Amino acid sequence: MAVTDAKTLPPETVSPRAADAEIESSVSVASQWQLMWWKFRKHRAAMVGGVVTLIIYVIAIFVEFLSPSSPGVIRADYTWAPPQQLHFFRQTENGMRWDPYVNGYKVEIDPEALRRTFVIDEEQIVDVGFFVRGETYEMWGLWESDLHLIGSTDAELPVYFLGADRMGRDLLSSMIYGTRVSMSIGLLGVFLSFFLGILLGGISGFYGGTVDNLIQRAIEFIRSIPTIPLWMGLAAALPTDWPPLRIYFGITIIISFIGWTGLARVVRGRFLSLRTEDFVMAARLDGASELTTIWRHMVPSFFSHIIASLTLSIPGMILAETSLSFLELGLRRPVVSWGVLLQEAQNIRSVATASWLLIPGLAVLVAVLALNFLGDGLRDAADPYNR
Amino acid sequence: MLQFLLRRLMFMIPTLIAISIVAFVIIQLPPGDFLTTMVASMAAQGEDMDQSAMRALEEQYGLGQPVHIQYLKWMQGIILRGDFGDSFGWNKPVAELLWSRLALTFVLSLASLLFVWVVAFPIGIYSAVKQYSIGDYFATFIGFLGLATPNFLLALILMYIAFKFFNQSVGGLFSPEYQEAPWSWGRVADLLAHLWVPVVIIGTAGTASLIRVMRANLLDELRKPYVVTARAKGLPEWRLLFKYPVRIALNPFVSTVGWVLPTLVSGAAIVSIVLSLPTTGPLLIRALLQQDMYLAASFIMLLSILTVIGTLVSDLLLAWLDPRIRME
Repeated sequence: MAVTDAKTLPPETVSPRAADAEIESSVSVASQWQLMWWKFRKHRAAMVGGVVTLIIYVIAIFVEFLSPSSPGVIRADYTWAPPQQLHFFRQTENGMRWDPYVNGYKVEIDPEALRRTFVIDEEQIVDVGFFVRGETYEMWGLWESDLHLIGSTDAELPVYFLGADRMGRDLLSSMIYGTRVSMSIGLLGVFLSFFLGILLGGISGFYGGTVDNLIQRAIEFIRSIPTIPLWMGLAAALPTDWPPLRIYFGITIIISFIGWTGLARVVRGRFLSLRTEDFVMAARLDGASELTTIWRHMVPSFFSHIIASLTLSIPGMILAETSLSFLELGLRRPVVSWGVLLQEAQNIRSVATASWLLIPGLAVLVAVLALNFLGDGLRDAADPYNR
Repeated sequence: MLQFLLRRLMFMIPTLIAISIVAFVIIQLPPGDFLTTMVASMAAQGEDMDQSAMRALEEQYGLGQPVHIQYLKWMQGIILRGDFGDSFGWNKPVAELLWSRLALTFVLSLASLLFVWVVAFPIGIYSAVKQYSIGDYFATFIGFLGLATPNFLLALILMYIAFKFFNQSVGGLFSPEYQEAPWSWGRVADLLAHLWVPVVIIGTAGTASLIRVMRANLLDELRKPYVVTARAKGLPEWRLLFKYPVRIALNPFVSTVGWVLPTLVSGAAIVSIVLSLPTTGPLLIRALLQQDMYLAASFIMLLSILTVIGTLVSDLLLAWLDPRIRME
């Protein structure tokens, strides 16, 4: 841990050309970040996880443009319409032609349940286009637009690539909008617990003694309580008449309030092991103040670990929000998150009639897996000096 | 050992007090006290609350008095009389609703823990011994998948599969004929026949992480020189494995119970709601949605205490397994 600050190295020593020419000698002079990147690159699953995570966050940014319609649009005529498969080519006399379409619906009466059900009608064709004009929306609250990446060319005929829920709302659009809420809660919650964790973990590890003991007991206590019942109790206490945005922040605070303990442990462990390192002692003898010692010398050497732990704690936050919203204790419409969407699949009856309502669960699964792999790779790479 | 036990018990007291305070805070969190809610809900049903009954309740819970007095009154009732307060949603003392549900939660969590151990132990050993084999990769993959799937989603998917392909429902813990029946061997057998579905669902996440722990520990152990020595001496491979490395790798296995148990209890709560099991979960969520706070807080408190006791037992087990810990 002698090389703690990348900036102390001359920049020319880390150019990629040098790395190619003589790997052995380049390793010895490469900066810490360079070494971490090399190590991270070797971790195949982590690279895939990183790319998928990036894609998910890009989706979260361009939600309005990417979704075919808005999540709140209710179409009572399309209750539980099944998913329509997107076809790119259409059969004509001159062979296959590029012309995206989906098959329309026809209504059948279920003789047993005496209920209207939608079936895909192979005869009907609904034209689908890319970059179509549809419902107007406000992009990032800045300007108005009605351009959608994909959608029906006919405003009267909606398309449901992933089916509709019990109110005829488009599941795909809801899921895309849900991406923004679910992923941002994870990110926001992590930053809140990052703050708490680094503050309390830092105090605990740096000063040791009684303070350390006290904080450690508190952490052990929080970890010993089963989280879901506790979250449920706290979330239920949020007043029901709060506006959606405030509920959103309330839920985030509740989740991160319990999530900071893991991070605090990592920070404390690092502080404890670094406290006795020679370079910290040197800084102290040099007359550096406590804050300078911490921020200038200690934090850079475990910053990478923190990033890795942060990444690994996002999935927990996402799962927490999903569980709470699923139980109707978390977010509520008009705010849509993946958990809010899964509320629709709460009982076996709706799952049996409309199994596609479980698809948001797949989104949770992919996001959590990707973040886990990414975090795992980052954690391995965070300590490049370790084999 | 006795000294160790006593010390651990002493450590538990502040934890228990802290848990009770958190539970009490949860009672206090919703706006207004429960009496006003109760009066409002009774007024909505067209009933008037008896003034003297109201005063008696006010006296019993110390309403209108400072918060710490209210807390002490609540604790006093629990410790001296086993009285957790009243559930106004059910119009019954909380204690009446509590115990049977809590007992089933306990059985469910314990069964899940056993399941986690029984599954994670051999797979963990296999993954470590055959590192980077197809089986190892498969176990790792399943493990990650188990970690990433929320419990309730797994419950929903299993319910859907059971409904779609086997045309049967998997909810509940008892068949209809045993639902209200008194305890008998038949009822126990019926419970066991239903128990495996929630146990498997709740156990997956814990199993995944324990497999990782077991694998990592055993790998560390297998690289040590004494293993090489033993192999050089010509010890059969299975004896070499089970004589020391597995035993040492098992220690963290036991100590992880401390954090596996809270996850299991958490998972049990949410899975019970989806599968509508007669455990604490469904009652807890109903109590929370109705703001039936004494019931909800009592559940949260007892679930937490149950977890802390479980952790204590695992610590004792660890101390019994590993002399270094109890000598510390």
